[in-house]
Amino acid sequence: MSLKRKDLLSLAPLAVDEITLILDTADSFKEVTGREIKKVPALRGKTVVNLFFEPSTRTRTSFELAAKRLSADVINFAPSSSSVVKGETLLDTARNIEAMQADIIVLRHSSAGAAEALAQGVKSSVINAGDGWHEHPTQALLDLYTIRQRGMSFRGLRVAIVGDVSHSRVARSNIYALVKLGAEVRVVGPPTMMPWGVEKLGVTVCHNMDEGLRDVNVIMMLRLQLERQGRAQFPSIREYSRLYGLTAERVRLADSAAIVMHPGPINRGVEIAPDVADSLSSVILDQVANGVAVRMGILYLMSGTSS
Amino acid sequence: MSILIKGGRVIDPGRFVGMADVLIDGGKITAVAPQLSAPAGSRTIQAEGKLVVPGFVDLHVHFREPGFEYKETIQSGSAAAVAGGFTTVCCMPNTSPVNDNQAVTEFILERARLAGLANVLPIGAITKGSEGKELAEIGDLRRSGCVAISDDGKPVMNSLVMRRAMEYASAFDLTVVDHCEDLHLAEGGCMNEGLISTELGLPGIPAAAEDVMVARNLSLSELTGARLHLAHISTAGSARMVREAKARGIPVTAEACPHHFTLTEELVRGYNTHAKMNPPLRTWTDVQAIREGLRDGTIDVIATDHAPHATQEKQQDFTEAPFGIVGLETALSLTLGLVEEGVLSIEQAVQKLTSAPAAAFGLKKGTLAVGADADVAIVDQQEQWEVDPSKFRSKSRNTPFVGWKVKGRVLTTIVGGRVVFEASPVER
Repeated sequence: MSLKRKDLLSLAPLAVDEITLILDTADSFKEVTGREIKKVPALRGKTVVNLFFEPSTRTRTSFELAAKRLSADVINFAPSSSSVVKGETLLDTARNIEAMQADIIVLRHSSAGAAEALAQGVKSSVINAGDGWHEHPTQALLDLYTIRQRGMSFRGLRVAIVGDVSHSRVARSNIYALVKLGAEVRVVGPPTMMPWGVEKLGVTVCHNMDEGLRDVNVIMMLRLQLERQGRAQFPSIREYSRLYGLTAERVRLADSAAIVMHPGPINRGVEIAPDVADSLSSVILDQVANGVAVRMGILYLMSGTSS
Repeated sequence: MSILIKGGRVIDPGRFVGMADVLIDGGKITAVAPQLSAPAGSRTIQAEGKLVVPGFVDLHVHFREPGFEYKETIQSGSAAAVAGGFTTVCCMPNTSPVNDNQAVTEFILERARLAGLANVLPIGAITKGSEGKELAEIGDLRRSGCVAISDDGKPVMNSLVMRRAMEYASAFDLTVVDHCEDLHLAEGGCMNEGLISTELGLPGIPAAAEDVMVARNLSLSELTGARLHLAHISTAGSARMVREAKARGIPVTAEACPHHFTLTEELVRGYNTHAKMNPPLRTWTDVQAIREGLRDGTIDVIATDHAPHATQEKQQDFTEAPFGIVGLETALSLTLGLVEEGVLSIEQAVQKLTSAPAAAFGLKKGTLAVGADADVAIVDQQEQWEVDPSKFRSKSRNTPFVGWKVKGRVLTTIVGGRVVFEASPVER
């Protein structure tokens, strides 16, 4: 079985089968990342271009490692070192990359819809590595993988997503996928951080952190974008942290086996207390480790080499 | 040379509807009556089965000259206007430099004269550089030919400055036009705020960003008694407030654009930059309210907000792409769509494109009265055609209506007694 799509742009249109296929494929690559020689020849002769218009260390490195472990040739393209600063449009940049026979383009961009626009304009496969506030499908997939790895099943799973949902592509992708998989999703945060009509996406909204965390199996913290204080989204880091920061005490409101997730990078002492980040319930570093396997699975499925 | 338009159905809103011939001589309408005979040496245009109407008046276009000639020039914009049946267009001051002084106004008028197609009437800026701080030399703008004032897409946020502008402009009998948008509420937004913006992860512009400024402007018009014209209203709230203000006698007029009474925010899905305009496409509830406003007279005027942008600008990401679409060459057909759907009568539709906009700015246009300037459009109400932007006279192609099969076409446009546009049979 293979993915019947040229691109991975968004989780909103994906069927449950497709999500499961990606997670299962990631499983088979997870073993590779544990070997002494962490490399398979699956993508030998293929070219993967990481086209990152926004600074990112974690995601770009994860994609780079994933591609290299599949034996693909990898090029990193960042705006500061390219013609983008000279006014070239995204599409022109991408067409140039395509002309160099790139098989897969991994795009990170600050504009929602950038990946979709690119995918329409080039024949290469496009993987969305985050577009504006829209989606970050590979992050959500690695989150799902991490949840599944803990032996949890999605149907009936109680998940709290805490923080600035409005500006979070991670939240959107997770909401689309988790709701589809039958999880019960709560979004937790002040009204200023909830996008219009978010409940229509199939989630419940909770403005009180303690209520929102009660009996949940998964606590998914979002990074607080500190610069938004000046945009009247919250009064101060102090107040935000008191109302929505995850403390050990609050973790105890959740199910006793609950796990704590965070897409990183974390603001220690702001949205998450240091002892929680480092606790046994934290799977934050598992997420990072699984990210490579999940992206290997995605690259493999997108490369059209699966049989 | 004189022109006799024979056998058409004349719609001169508020004055005459019926079968009549129209005689033009010396640049003026000289007779409207059945069975006129052609004077010697005159040209006769057969208009049997066609509508003969005053040339359309568009209170809201962007002709981009000076400063952005790659998007549109006064020449290309005028050509688009007359191809769409518009004989008079009022161009917004957001050029570079801004039309906030006599020199720019005179430049625009000179370019329009050289183009020799439509009557191009400049709208002057309210404030210097449209920066919202100091009043522009409004008296001078009026004297040199501006027919209204507006800071358009950079609306005056300071309510005191707006109050003073209204007071000052009323001394010159100038209408103050406002693009109602609270720039703080709208900041960074690029589509209507609602479920679709939530799903697409695009920053939204709430309806309230328009509504609060409509409310402010109505209050200031009530306070100052100044004539206020609200550009492109797009929300149910705006329509409701304007209706209420008119009932109380506030001297306000309002316009709506064809895209706001035809399309909804659904069109943004797929990040279609031709669905990006300001105000943004709203919900079906809003579309219905705008239609009802047009029907019951709350909204007086249909204007295009013709906003040309180059292809490469609209090819940018949705958040980066500029707001706006071209409208001059599709406005008639979309307006006739409302007639087809039973929202407006044909006379109402013509009125909103002719006499109503003329009245809003106090222009002596939009009528076929004897003695009026001979600005006339001859329209085939039934002809079907497919919107093909490559055939536009405008320099720009940014329309969401590409491929639409629409009804109603301009056959002939006459400005000041001169035929300035005739639809070629090849295109038809």
